[in-house]
Amino acid sequence: MQTIFSIGIDALAYGMILFVISIGLSVTMGLMRVVNLAHGAFAMIGGYVASYISRDLGLGYAPAILAAVVATIVIAVPIERFLYRRIYGAPELTQVLMTIGITFCIIGLANYLMGPTLKTIPLSDVLQQPVDLGFRSISAHRLFAIFCGLAVALCLWLAIEKTGFGIRLRASVDNAAMASALGVRTEIIYAVSFAVAVGLAAFGGVVGAELLPVEPYYALRYLVTFLVVVSVGGAGSIGGTLLACLLLGAVDTTGRYLLPEFGEFFFYLAVIAIICVFPNGLMKGAK
Amino acid sequence: MAVDVSSRDMGAMRRRRRRSLMRDVVGVGVIVLAAAIGYFAFPDNLALLTRIIAVALLVLSLDLVTGYCGVATLGHAALFGSGAYAAGILSAHFGINDPLLMTLAGLIGGALAGLLSGLVMLRAHGLPQLVLSIALIHLFHELANKMSSFTGGSDGLSGIAPDPIFGRFEFDLFGNTAYVFAVVMLLVVFVLLRILVRSPFGMLCRGLKEDPLRIRAMGASPKRAIVKMYGISGAVAGLGGALNAISTQVVGLDTLSFTQSAEALVMLALGGTGSLFGALAGTVAFMMFQDYVSSVNPFHWLTMVGALLIAVVLFAPKGIYGTVAAFLEKRREGRP
Repeated sequence: MQTIFSIGIDALAYGMILFVISIGLSVTMGLMRVVNLAHGAFAMIGGYVASYISRDLGLGYAPAILAAVVATIVIAVPIERFLYRRIYGAPELTQVLMTIGITFCIIGLANYLMGPTLKTIPLSDVLQQPVDLGFRSISAHRLFAIFCGLAVALCLWLAIEKTGFGIRLRASVDNAAMASALGVRTEIIYAVSFAVAVGLAAFGGVVGAELLPVEPYYALRYLVTFLVVVSVGGAGSIGGTLLACLLLGAVDTTGRYLLPEFGEFFFYLAVIAIICVFPNGLMKGAK
Repeated sequence: MAVDVSSRDMGAMRRRRRRSLMRDVVGVGVIVLAAAIGYFAFPDNLALLTRIIAVALLVLSLDLVTGYCGVATLGHAALFGSGAYAAGILSAHFGINDPLLMTLAGLIGGALAGLLSGLVMLRAHGLPQLVLSIALIHLFHELANKMSSFTGGSDGLSGIAPDPIFGRFEFDLFGNTAYVFAVVMLLVVFVLLRILVRSPFGMLCRGLKEDPLRIRAMGASPKRAIVKMYGISGAVAGLGGALNAISTQVVGLDTLSFTQSAEALVMLALGGTGSLFGALAGTVAFMMFQDYVSSVNPFHWLTMVGALLIAVVLFAPKGIYGTVAAFLEKRREGRP
């Protein structure tokens, strides 16, 4: 019972972290049709900035999160303007090459600037203490991660379903050419949603640093997981992504607890099986 | 009038065929020349040249599925590594040390891995397909890592001791024999692939890349063609893997890695997709560049590769060979 409970909490926290990082990737992929292999690199930049602010400058956890999100957006927007904008609508191979080139560059630079060691992000005192739930106590950080995931999902849902920007965004996702013919400035929609996606990636990178430790190869190591989430959930779907995150978080965490030797093996096997059965993502495949 | 047109078409076709035959002869000549120059220019570094040829086979095989069929994959090293392990296991565990039999084992191992990958990859399109390829290479990697009693795990598979070729030409310390063996293998594969890509089947695959719907409307089965091409591609990659196993006498997990797959794709893009010459040019340029940069400044290797990739995508999307070929074509058209 104890084990099941702790697997459950860990799986939920892990799934939520995955969700926060991957939802941006999912939206930009559905919107811009760009296979963005550099998304993990942006999450990694967020982690590095946060580590620098809170550990080296000693400014605390909340400023670190804020600085990480802002700094990553500041870095990413020029990249979108000068590099990504040229590959919208290009063949898949071109997009893969460009974004993996960006990833390699960021890994190399991170290695050069910050060194190859693991970076930690010290948590604030409140998050370090266990929280007593009456029958059990769990780590406050896990609760915080779950809360962040739910908050992000709710905010995104409200923004996409209930605001004017959301209407334009959905129109551009459905048919970019028609939306721009009707007067929607699609390039601004693209830039804003790219910035939001990258900001969320950085946020997830910081909050999830306990579970996905920050180091130069972060960008490639977890990239696979993020891409898997998006392709299993179906690009551009919040519900699908959430479902995929919870499912894969559960598979991965259970595998790690019960079969640590073969954890990754079963994870990849599950991924191949799921994609083979639902080639268009869980939500669309079920129709 | 109609007769006139058709006879002109025939003439054009004959001319084109003659030109492409010319190109074959020139291609073989260039490979032999480059191999000879390499032999005399870097006599101390034949191991590197042999490795370049092994990787060139991987990149050629990647070109068959990516350049000719239009399937983007980040997991092609699975085929290369399967060939390497098949050849290595034959020697290390079954004591069959004949290099030609080991090569054959590599070819079969690669082809089987290719057929399997092809069948799995065809289940999806676009991003999910790319993710499938990444998951496949990780699966192969984990499998080889866990079956350590058979594959040596993370220590690598050692104890490979190939006999002399035909019982006469021994694999020496300087890598002379291995190098000649590699060049001959590359020449044979190159000629066979030139015939393959110009055959009706090769044309069908090229058509699949351009417009799969139309090919299906014409009554051909895209799936069968791609799986077949994957099998052939696996055989070629397996040959490369076997060559690597025979020449280095050890097989490491890195032959089955994501990095190896991504690098192969980079080399192909650098040289130019959809042409065998492009695949060869890209491999040689990349491996020489890698050898040079990593000896000067290993720290910035990844940054340089990344910058190189971005530059290729922005300024030379057709790759080295494609850009040069387009330039020459333009000059030829400019001349009356």
